[in-house]
Amino acid sequence: MITELGHFALTLAFMAAIVQMVVPMVGAQKRWPGWMAVAEPAATLQFLMTAFAFAALVYAFVTSDFSLKVVVENSHSAKPMLYKISGVWGNHEGSMLLWVLIVSLFGATAAWFGGNLPPSLKARVLSVQGAIGVAFLAFILFTSNPFLRLAVPPFDGEDLNPLLQDPGLAFHPPFLYLGYVGLSMSFSFAVAALIEGRIDAAWGRWVRPWTLAAWIFLTIGIALGSWWAYYELGWGGFWFWDPVENASFMPWLLAAALLHSAIVVEKREALKSWTILLAILAFGFSLIGTFIVRSGLLTSVHAFANDPERGVFILMILALFTGGALTLFAMRASAMEARGVFAMVSRESALVVNNILLAVASFVVFFGTLWPVAAEMGFDRKLSVGPPYFNAAFTPFMLVLGLILPVGALLPWKRGRLGKAAWSLRYALVLALALALLVWVLQTGQSALGPIGVFLGAWIVSGAVVDLWSRTGRGGNRLGRLARLPRADWGKAVAHAGLGVTMFAIAGLTAWESEDIRVTRLGETFEVSGFDLTLEKVERVRGPNYFSTMGTVRVEKDGRALTTLHPEKRVYPVAQMPTTEAAIDNGFTRDLYVVIGDQQADGGYTVRTYVKPFANWIWGGALMMALGGLLSLSDRRFRVAAGARKAGSAAKPVAAE
Amino acid sequence: MSRLLQRVGALWLVLLIALAPAAQAVLPDEILADPALEARAREISKDLRCLVCRNENIDESNAELARDLRLLVRERLTAGDSDEEVVAYIVDRYGEYVLLRPTATGANWLLWGAGPLMLLIGAGLAWGYLRARARAPRLQEAALTDEEQDRLRRILDDE
Repeated sequence: MITELGHFALTLAFMAAIVQMVVPMVGAQKRWPGWMAVAEPAATLQFLMTAFAFAALVYAFVTSDFSLKVVVENSHSAKPMLYKISGVWGNHEGSMLLWVLIVSLFGATAAWFGGNLPPSLKARVLSVQGAIGVAFLAFILFTSNPFLRLAVPPFDGEDLNPLLQDPGLAFHPPFLYLGYVGLSMSFSFAVAALIEGRIDAAWGRWVRPWTLAAWIFLTIGIALGSWWAYYELGWGGFWFWDPVENASFMPWLLAAALLHSAIVVEKREALKSWTILLAILAFGFSLIGTFIVRSGLLTSVHAFANDPERGVFILMILALFTGGALTLFAMRASAMEARGVFAMVSRESALVVNNILLAVASFVVFFGTLWPVAAEMGFDRKLSVGPPYFNAAFTPFMLVLGLILPVGALLPWKRGRLGKAAWSLRYALVLALALALLVWVLQTGQSALGPIGVFLGAWIVSGAVVDLWSRTGRGGNRLGRLARLPRADWGKAVAHAGLGVTMFAIAGLTAWESEDIRVTRLGETFEVSGFDLTLEKVERVRGPNYFSTMGTVRVEKDGRALTTLHPEKRVYPVAQMPTTEAAIDNGFTRDLYVVIGDQQADGGYTVRTYVKPFANWIWGGALMMALGGLLSLSDRRFRVAAGARKAGSAAKPVAAE
Repeated sequence: MSRLLQRVGALWLVLLIALAPAAQAVLPDEILADPALEARAREISKDLRCLVCRNENIDESNAELARDLRLLVRERLTAGDSDEEVVAYIVDRYGEYVLLRPTATGANWLLWGAGPLMLLIGAGLAWGYLRARARAPRLQEAALTDEEQDRLRRILDDE
């Protein structure tokens, strides 16, 4: 019964979304306040109905209602509760429902808290957001209905893909979706502004918190996914340039570019049409990401749904929204005249360079991801584009970005002097060079990657410190003033430093990782990079819905017991899949990563041991970036301005579910 | 048709491998005694695709086929082949699909050139934009044509 109500509510949400799309837009064109005001209740209704449908599906999963097709295919009565819930979005239908829920949530928050927006802009924004809702609700209702019943329900389900039964991955999709869909808000603002034909500093101020929130969620989502890959896939890789990863990375890069260009619109009323274009492209890339994942066009580990019909539907949504928005852009962009005047050397110019680098980097990722398809269709060549390409073609942009970041961040608006900025960074430069040199001497003969990473990391982090310090002015009590700096300044410094930390960690891990692969018998001790490991015992353990072969490995360093690790190999009988559960001793400067393999003919076990320096710093840096974004989001000027609170409150419903 | 059959075959292999107890990436019995040779084998393996997997190189893959390829790479290395010869040997047998780093031949120059090309275009556009911004005030001052200046003077004289 609840299932049918859920289905019915979803249909009602579809109706509400149609009203939300049509009525306010007509109202805004004709200047009818009554029609414009329809947007708010329609958005609220769409959200409430979608939320009810989503709750109905969660209920079906929680109670293991095996009369539902999705539940049978993705759940099992013995599965732990957390994964019963995360199973809701661990499949195509449910994840699309989550997507729509977030679209309607963002629309509703814009309706609730957008009181300061001019009524016509607000009506248009909500109308565009409603249109996105209509498209995806139609997609769900007509191609991916999660509420389909089975005529003959089985006794138990087929279980969720065991790789997805993991805390890191349980919350990875919601965060990614909050990011993707958050960009739909920037998109709606951009299209609404194009229709209005007016963009000013206020527009920049309204659109920035949404972009910032979307970018924070994307950062966390990507970091969670990467962290998951690190500990779950069994050899400690953290980024594979998999099409699905790229699908989330491209919008992230563009959102980062958009964040920065929106500042120029807000503070200097320049770069307007470029910012609009970025907002359209960023959401376009989110849609492309959805298309790549959902269509299975580029098959990869994550693509759990390969259905051409659905792919074509999403492609149509993609063509309609990005195509339509870009056409509108071509017609109206010339009307967006820049007002601000600035010199060649200025903060504005530095942000333009930032935008070029981020946008081109994102374009490279896009090109590499789709090239295999293009080459096969256009040139009849079946080829692969893998990590070596991306590492070679993408990394240089990030290197340059890292090099110019501290200088650009210090340049003043309107007109600056390169020499002055460089002079204030002299200590940062000396520190970074000294550290890099030290490392280069210490590591003798290894790749140059390590010292380069150290240089970039130290340069960016100390550059961020200099940036903060330079804002405290001259004279006494600079520390006191430091604490009272606007949060946006702190956010900027923390996020930039986070980028430095991540860059350093990636270079460090890649350059200094050590590995040991061997067959070892019970009780034997072996040494890896100063750690003494002993495989003490191997036992069979039964989990709630799996069987495990669990090793016990004692780790000593310099004769003192350090820790005991339990690497596992699991088999999920229902899903008929094995997984590797690496045992990791997390340390501040290194992770010790142990994986157990099959028993060999001589009775020994294959054991892989990796010492991974600075592994945690990768995600630590990502967290710093997210925290920086959060600080910036909580800056007073957004709390005072319209559109600030809603972005913050968007996180709540996810935490509750 | 044969390509289709190949694909169906590959799909079956994927399924079989997914269900079989997982072998693992590089196993101890594969490792060459000579560390220099082994290091070269690892580097080569990282650029070769496991054909039955999804976006995995043979160094990381658990698949049987990846193991066969790893052994093949090591066999050729021990036989004295250079790195390029080993890769060429594998590409001859498995096609360029096996290369994770696509060669810069034929249409692929587009792939490798796309980034730098886009950067040049972007930099050019940005340069033009920034110059226009830097010169904007002067342009505004000279906004009136001679004819308009005349008209303005006449209007002012009338007042």
